[in-house]
Amino acid sequence: MNGKAKILIVDDEKVVRESLFHWFEEEGYTVDTAESGEDALRKFEKGKFDLFLLDMKMPGMSGLELLKKIKESDPDSIVILITAFASVPTAITALKDGAYDYVTKPVDPDELAHLVKKAVEQRELKIENEQLKEKIEEINKPDNLIGESQQMKRIFDLIHTVAPTDTTVMIRGESGTGKELVAKAIHINSKRKYFPIVTVNCGALAETLLESELFGHEKGAFTGAHFKRKGKFEMADGGTIFLDEVGSVSPKMQVELLRVIETKQFSRVGGNQIINSDFRVITATNEPLEDLVKAGKFREDLYYRLNVFSIIVPPLRERREDIPLLAHFFLNRFSTSMNKPIKNISKEALDFLVKYDWRGNVRELENAVERAVVVGKESSIKVEDLPFHVSSNQFEGNGDGKSLSAIEKKHILNVLCENNWNISRSAHILEIDRVTLYNKINKYGLRQINQ
Amino acid sequence: MNIFLVPVKFSNTALLSSVVEELSHKFKGGIKIFDINLDINNSYSDERAQYFSTQIIALAIKKTDDLNGKVLILTEADLYIPVLTFVFGEAQLNGKHSIVSVCRLHEEFYSEITDENLLKERTLKEIFHELGHNFGLKHCADWDCVMHSSTSIEEVDIKGNYYCKKCEREIK
Repeated sequence: MNGKAKILIVDDEKVVRESLFHWFEEEGYTVDTAESGEDALRKFEKGKFDLFLLDMKMPGMSGLELLKKIKESDPDSIVILITAFASVPTAITALKDGAYDYVTKPVDPDELAHLVKKAVEQRELKIENEQLKEKIEEINKPDNLIGESQQMKRIFDLIHTVAPTDTTVMIRGESGTGKELVAKAIHINSKRKYFPIVTVNCGALAETLLESELFGHEKGAFTGAHFKRKGKFEMADGGTIFLDEVGSVSPKMQVELLRVIETKQFSRVGGNQIINSDFRVITATNEPLEDLVKAGKFREDLYYRLNVFSIIVPPLRERREDIPLLAHFFLNRFSTSMNKPIKNISKEALDFLVKYDWRGNVRELENAVERAVVVGKESSIKVEDLPFHVSSNQFEGNGDGKSLSAIEKKHILNVLCENNWNISRSAHILEIDRVTLYNKINKYGLRQINQ
Repeated sequence: MNIFLVPVKFSNTALLSSVVEELSHKFKGGIKIFDINLDINNSYSDERAQYFSTQIIALAIKKTDDLNGKVLILTEADLYIPVLTFVFGEAQLNGKHSIVSVCRLHEEFYSEITDENLLKERTLKEIFHELGHNFGLKHCADWDCVMHSSTSIEEVDIKGNYYCKKCEREIK
């Protein structure tokens, strides 16, 4: 446990230095000695020590002066002062200047052994704590919330503006744009980051289940409630609750939600005990809540309570410049996890990805790249590896073409795909002859991919 | 490997005999009582009414450095090193010399109750402990091992009375 702890003993008396050196060496510590404050600082510059034992009175630099200098260089250092002449004022000064403790010579060996052991353990715990915090941050980092477009830079700015506050945030955007990643980014950049972020998909649960999910239930509260269970609001104590698809919450639950969000108090289903929980609320929706409010399907007061700070996550088609970055990010992730030597995306495939009309947004792109890595056999991803049975020039232009030819092209392609490129059947459905269909296929440069 | 037991200011012959007998069972080499007439008065501190153990070891080295084996001084004098209020003993890590004081191993020191068996048990633990340092052992985390650190009499009583397997392997 203390095998690696390094101690520096600073005392002008050789006999004291040697005695303590041998005594701590037998304890298994790595020990070094210094005969003065100046000597100690020289050794401190060259190597790192976990603990310092300083004599208070020394010629030249005193123990208190040395303590200050050590703390200036490394505030986490543990310093124990030893003195033959104890006085309350010097003890107070030493502790105020950051000394871990202050002992009087001669000291009981049991006291010194346990003091040093406790101090080293405390330092080890602190270092371990820092390492774990870094690890948690690394694990929680929403690494696929990436982008260099102006839209994403604005999103990052908004996240960093709102994260340190306790403000309620509403995240809007189409399905698959990364609303949950934005919520996680807000949470991990907030002071609540060491507490949980609890996600509830409101749209996935029936009203009664959602109530039990959010508030928990007591044993026997309803059929099947064999055990007492904590609700999501209780689990989010100290942290954040992320309510996804909040637009789908029933009118009854909207009343409950409003009350809980305002009071931060609730009872479990079937219970009377008032439970307090300190949580931050982040919601997400892909529905136009204003329309739901106008239609009387969403409470106006709850809408204003939730929509304090709004972040709109743009669809992928509005930030096409981020597609190469995202595609390469997913490629690296999947090729590493699947241990496949695919390192690049061909220019043709990348062009296709950039022009494609990503209705499923980033999630769809992620799935497309994953699929391409699964089927890909070469060192780079080809158009044929992508999961679209379409031509690479299907979505030339911005994909939102309104011209007659663009619509015709798209319609023909859809029919061809629906009929597995059976020309006769497709021509019959399109009510044109096969020759005309071939001509249009050539005209629009359509071709069957991955067949 | 010979072990030379050097009594200095030590009058408990019964304890000395018991110690020799027990050590003979544990160590293969010869256990010899070796009187060197060591004068330790200069190691005495009037202020503390104790003897400075490191100085006693230094005196013993001058007289016994040519001996082939480990030299353990056994004394009834109360020992100290600077900074600490007392020590049960002291040893040269990976060296030849060590010292054990029975002064604070007597139960009378704490409760005015005489218990010779307890004294013998504690004395042997401290002898094995200091000899362990001579053999290069540092303190062991295992409470059942005699090399566990013991800075109070309670810890001497709690820890085991011989080396754990790991420490014993290192000695061999």
